[in-house]
Amino acid sequence: MSHKIVSKSAAETTRQQVIREKEIGQHIGYRYDVNLVPDYARLTPFLRKYMELMGWQDLNWLEDVHLGYEEGSAAVFDRNVNGWVTVPDGMVLPENQQDRDMIARELLIKFQMSQRHPLVELNRTYRKF
Amino acid sequence: MAKTAAASDMHGEQLTGRSQQRFFSAEEAEAFLYPGAAQVDISRRADIDAAPLTPREINLRIRALMKEGYGDITIRNSGAKHSCIVGILNRVNLTVEGSLGYFACGLLDGPNVRVTGRVGWSCGENMMSGTIVVEKNAGSTFGAALRGGDLVCKGDVGGRTGIDMKGGTIIVGGRTGAFSGFMMQRGRMIILGDAGKNLGDSMYDGVIYVGGAIASLGVDAVPAELTALEIGWLERKLALYGMEAPGGVANLKKIAAGKQLWNYDNLEPAEKKLVL
Repeated sequence: MSHKIVSKSAAETTRQQVIREKEIGQHIGYRYDVNLVPDYARLTPFLRKYMELMGWQDLNWLEDVHLGYEEGSAAVFDRNVNGWVTVPDGMVLPENQQDRDMIARELLIKFQMSQRHPLVELNRTYRKF
Repeated sequence: MAKTAAASDMHGEQLTGRSQQRFFSAEEAEAFLYPGAAQVDISRRADIDAAPLTPREINLRIRALMKEGYGDITIRNSGAKHSCIVGILNRVNLTVEGSLGYFACGLLDGPNVRVTGRVGWSCGENMMSGTIVVEKNAGSTFGAALRGGDLVCKGDVGGRTGIDMKGGTIIVGGRTGAFSGFMMQRGRMIILGDAGKNLGDSMYDGVIYVGGAIASLGVDAVPAELTALEIGWLERKLALYGMEAPGGVANLKKIAAGKQLWNYDNLEPAEKKLVL
């Protein structure tokens, strides 16, 4: 069976999306550009150190980490817990997404590598070998 | 001008019932490795002769060497064995002198792997982070469900490359088969040669760059325009692996999701409330 690609104008797509969002009471899709590639001119010293230690010449998996939001707060999605981790309200955030994403990457590394990460407890409880 | 998180315009979003209520701590200690990760020294080298070993024994041997502090491990006589180098959540350099079978280098989180030969189906499946470089060809479903990291094949790959990928970067130096990028949700794929039929079929998000001819696009895969930032990123990424785009990076064709398949069920919020 062949599929036909239906092309719609961007404005029409947006209009339909807005109607749909109102109908179902939730947003469709992301509120930031998930395909945005990092601007390496904005790397932070912490991230440079991490890349060096891991033997990578770029951000590797962190290229997919962006600062998002959940329940009205800035947050970063942690794939290891399959949930959002919220940024403290007092934290100062830069204006542009590139700088915000660099902060998100730092926060996520520190959280994932800390002893209070949920996987540490799970590992302790369920580790089989 | 910088804003606090509370004053950010991102606070217009109201999604409920999803938060696990986990918060970053401003006092989080600076750490770069997972708790419990083996402390390896990249300058310490070790060899494994894989000829008499089963895949399980090869994987256990790698873990044992990492615990002993070896950070640079070479596997010889790999014999195209299946399911080797899997589930390693550690920083370590691994070199395979030879080829590997199916599901090689799956479930990795951290290692840098180089395979001098070929690999079978599903190489790098579910990789979280790290790098895998295959010097020759790879089988089908290369990088299936890839979550992060760089997965590179300098030769040709089979069909359904990057099926269901949710992040990371796949680079193919040669051609790729049909249905590459099928149900891709996020991440980037760079194909320097030709792409088979139905490229990017049902892709939800993510980007595919193609240097050669595209046999046909799949449902909801549409051409898009390269940005200056992307061109810089592509040049940088390809240079890392000593690869070049035919005719230059600026001539790569960019394919993205048309987002016509973004359908949400009316009942979803109500169902969520019931579940949560």
